[in-house]
Amino acid sequence: MSARELLDLVWLIPALPLFGAVVLLLFGKRIGEPAAGWLGTGLMGLAFAWSVVTFLALRDVEPRAHSYDLFTWLPSGGFEVKMGFLADPLSVTFILFVTGVGALIHLYAIGYMHGDARFGRFFAYMNLFAASMLVLVLGNNFLVTFLGWEGVGLCSYLLVSFWFERNSAAVAGKKAFVTNRIGDFGFMLAMFLIFARLGSLDYGVMTEGADGLANGTATAIALLLFLGAVGKSAQFPLHVWLPDAMEGPTPVSALIHAATMVTAGVFLVARAHPFFEASGSASEVVAWVGAGTALFAGTIALVQPDIKRVLAYSTVSQLGYMFLALGVGAYGAAIFLVVVHAFFKATLFLGAGSVIHGNADNQDIRTMGGLRRYMPYTAAAFIIAWLAIAGIPPFAGFWAKDEVLADAFFADQFGVWAVGTVAAALTALYMAREVWLVFFGNERFRAPAGGDPVEEHAEETPRDSEEWLRGPTVAYGEPPRSPRLTHDRHEVPPTMVVPVLVLAALSVVGGLLNLPFKTLEHLGHWLEPVFEGVPEIEATSFLSAARLSTLSVFMGVLGIAIALLLYRRGLPDPARDPLDERLGVAGRVFGHAWYVDESIARAVAGPGRRFADWLNDGLDHRGIDGAVNGVADLVRRTGGGLRRVQSGLVRNYALGVVFGAAGLLLFLVFRAG
Amino acid sequence: MIAALELTANYYLVLAALLFTIGTVGLLIRRNVLVMFMCVELMLNAANLTFVTFARELDDVGGQAIVFFTLVVAAAEVAVGLAIIVAIFRRRRGATADDVHLLKG
Repeated sequence: MSARELLDLVWLIPALPLFGAVVLLLFGKRIGEPAAGWLGTGLMGLAFAWSVVTFLALRDVEPRAHSYDLFTWLPSGGFEVKMGFLADPLSVTFILFVTGVGALIHLYAIGYMHGDARFGRFFAYMNLFAASMLVLVLGNNFLVTFLGWEGVGLCSYLLVSFWFERNSAAVAGKKAFVTNRIGDFGFMLAMFLIFARLGSLDYGVMTEGADGLANGTATAIALLLFLGAVGKSAQFPLHVWLPDAMEGPTPVSALIHAATMVTAGVFLVARAHPFFEASGSASEVVAWVGAGTALFAGTIALVQPDIKRVLAYSTVSQLGYMFLALGVGAYGAAIFLVVVHAFFKATLFLGAGSVIHGNADNQDIRTMGGLRRYMPYTAAAFIIAWLAIAGIPPFAGFWAKDEVLADAFFADQFGVWAVGTVAAALTALYMAREVWLVFFGNERFRAPAGGDPVEEHAEETPRDSEEWLRGPTVAYGEPPRSPRLTHDRHEVPPTMVVPVLVLAALSVVGGLLNLPFKTLEHLGHWLEPVFEGVPEIEATSFLSAARLSTLSVFMGVLGIAIALLLYRRGLPDPARDPLDERLGVAGRVFGHAWYVDESIARAVAGPGRRFADWLNDGLDHRGIDGAVNGVADLVRRTGGGLRRVQSGLVRNYALGVVFGAAGLLLFLVFRAG
Repeated sequence: MIAALELTANYYLVLAALLFTIGTVGLLIRRNVLVMFMCVELMLNAANLTFVTFARELDDVGGQAIVFFTLVVAAAEVAVGLAIIVAIFRRRRGATADDVHLLKG
């Protein structure tokens, strides 16, 4: 088969997990426990294999893009949308890590979800999630991307509230869905505008037509698309759903944060870059929102007591970096960060899942400590990923983050560069805090003497117990939950250790994808055809680039040093967090996530509720119901008056007939006369 | 001898008008269903007389033809109407139109 024929089959990649989702939804229960998981994992593995084939095929094709229309999806007059797929360096990069990292997360979930009553359904949703994401990145027009976009939103809802018996999980799922709808609204408006101006939603048309748009139109389209990206990628102020999404099972968090969903926004902006390039000012907005979110989320992560919430805010912060890069025009650097972030964030989340799994479902880092002795592999993987995210060379994160910041600097965006650099120190600090509190320091997980030790294993927590229903997530300000003594901390089974170790290895070597030395900039060169026409950002000199790298390493080391200073002995008293205490009022503000959630809640409860009341009482009851009832009332009154005419007396009717006839006669006489 | 009274069409028409008026007034003021029914017949025949008059006057047989139709309709009407009246009589021991007013709004 020729390369192009192979590329025609790119639709197989989303079709494989989609097939798995359908089979598992229909027969998940009958297939049973490990088999359902292996089916889902296997199909993801196959999708990964086919992605590799697609990648190899694409390398033999010039120009580096292949669009293939499977069938006409919506034929409707002048508006025709094809179910078409586009294989180009951007989409192939995404499918490689979505299927690769996704398959590892599926593998991990076999162990993590062991014993769950809805095991088969879980993998059905996971497969559907991956399939949606693949449709999203592979679509060759905005509507196919939007199809995947909505599918991802739906699956996040299904998976975040997977344990819907817990009220908090059900609420978190709704929150994720509703928040995403706001972004989707922007995406839809952008599509309407694109169709109105360009007459097509095709990416090929976009690339050619975007330059010819008026600046205002391009800016409007770009900003509306960015609104969609802000919702999906959890940027300020629509970031509120992501930390709450921690209510889902940990593999879901890993899938949402690493491989799918949140990177969709980055993908969309990268895919629609012609609009952003044509606008200019929209890119400025993107850069500043990204930089602001990176700093903002970093401060919140500093004082969170929950192992997964720290990671959640760290994801928000890292996504901020990606948008920062997109905003300054460093698309290659942004994609690079997406890929390596998928590696190390998946490692972190799966590692956190292992920690939770091996610790009787405890998520409170204040009552952990010293776990490296009990979970050596998990600890090793987690530490590697930590060094990667903190930007310590030679781990993957260093290369990506350094490139982002250097590009911002050389694009003369010193403001966003400065904010990003400060946020880099915060990243190192909060991650070092988490690592130290979990894996080093004093062991705080044993029940206090005289306490009430609960002798049970994590797997044995009954699914309807009060404890389970309350959910394990720990919010800031909650006192440390009394730790539960289990037999001993234990390492997790191999199906869970192996994916974590593989991902950790990728976090080490991921930097090789794109080393900042001309010929070694593989990813940059690979992506070049996609971002043709975007001015390249060049370092002014090697020396200044080296200086910037030194600075960013210094920031990382600084953050780690502060954390070590504060936490080297762990926590003598789990209820007192030294960093939080030193930050004082700021700590409380950070801990409550700058009160954004509270403000939104209050705005909804206050003016929002009053507005809704007005709508209900004033507009609906009086206005709309009034109009309807008024019409009915008018008809009733008229009828009531007219019914007297029908008296039942024949002679009255006869009189009416006579008068009628007389009247008619008079009329004829006078008209004729 | 009495001066030859020429029977012009006007006489017939005036007679028809009189008959029609008597029928109408009777229909309106009498309560006995049977009488009202006869009044209706009177009105019908007044109309018939008019038709015939004009048929002769205009030398057009169409008017006479219509009278046949009217007679047929009247016959049918009588059949139905009398049946109704008989039914009312059986039920109510009387035939006062104003007593029969169940069908009202």
